[in-house]
Amino acid sequence: MEKIKALEQIANQLEDELVICNIGFPSRELYHVKDSPTHFYMLGSMGMASSIGLGLAMAQEKKVVVFDGDGSVLMNLGSLVTIANQQPKNLILVVLDNECYGSTGSQCTYASTTDLKKVAESVGFQNTFLFTESEDKIDFTQVLKTEGPVFVHVKVKPGNANVPVIPLEPEEIKERFMGEVQRV
Amino acid sequence: MDSSKAVYQGLKNAGIDFVVSMPCVNLGKLLEMVDCDPDIIHVPVTREEEGFGIAAGAYMGSKKPAMLMQNSGLGNSVNVLASLYSLYKLPILMIMSHRGTEGEPICAQVPMGEATPRLLDALEIAYIHPKTPEEALKLIPESWLLSELGGAPLGILLDISFW
Repeated sequence: MEKIKALEQIANQLEDELVICNIGFPSRELYHVKDSPTHFYMLGSMGMASSIGLGLAMAQEKKVVVFDGDGSVLMNLGSLVTIANQQPKNLILVVLDNECYGSTGSQCTYASTTDLKKVAESVGFQNTFLFTESEDKIDFTQVLKTEGPVFVHVKVKPGNANVPVIPLEPEEIKERFMGEVQRV
Repeated sequence: MDSSKAVYQGLKNAGIDFVVSMPCVNLGKLLEMVDCDPDIIHVPVTREEEGFGIAAGAYMGSKKPAMLMQNSGLGNSVNVLASLYSLYKLPILMIMSHRGTEGEPICAQVPMGEATPRLLDALEIAYIHPKTPEEALKLIPESWLLSELGGAPLGILLDISFW
């Protein structure tokens, strides 16, 4: 499955969950297939998606879904350890794994040989899911029912959709997102 | 007045309710006080950069965040401070044990200690330098207000002589 299709299928199964989306093409593609004030699009700070998601999950009660990537998880592996130790019940970490740095020219990451789901399990994630590259439908129902922290490994094809940059200013992204976080 | 108590009380008076931390020997007592406070969520992290990410999420979740760190961790956090905090205009109090200052027994601390103010300047992060516990107690709440109003991190540099 293409990354944009995985993003679209999962995003369309979310309702009022808060979404933190990784820098680069994941954010551009998510914005393209479905925009919502519940989405926080990262424009910088590679590696920080899971950390931002953890802080948000610990600060309030709404469910938080993070769209991360294999290269970004590898850049901040300690975050998996912190999440597994803090055990936020309302955090779902989705890793869209295309085994490459997709936004910089698809250079290979070590995720082709190192299994990130096994890494997550070994640091203490008790609830993990795997969707393989050959699946053409992602049913997120069970993931959403599972108590966090949840690690969802989604293997996707390398390559990006031809979508433009997000036409929102950083502060605009932040302010509408924070408005949504506070909405009862 | 005890220096650790002054910083803790300053954080309390500022309304700080979410703390991420990496230890420094000079922060030991303060970390214990923060950890025992039921009104503060305390998240020890594996690297300062990660802590800044967590604190950004907590701020967007309506918390008032602070980072307890050694100044060496500033070097681990340059990109997140620029491309998350500066870009999205996010506040945080950075309580930094400033090693490599006068009285430093470990020579390895000196280069980063000297670079710290220049790094903060390069990142356009404002910082203060309380010399006494009384000053810290007074300035920390004011610093949070400035940080929140300005939408920018604010550094509190605490030299070896402060402790």
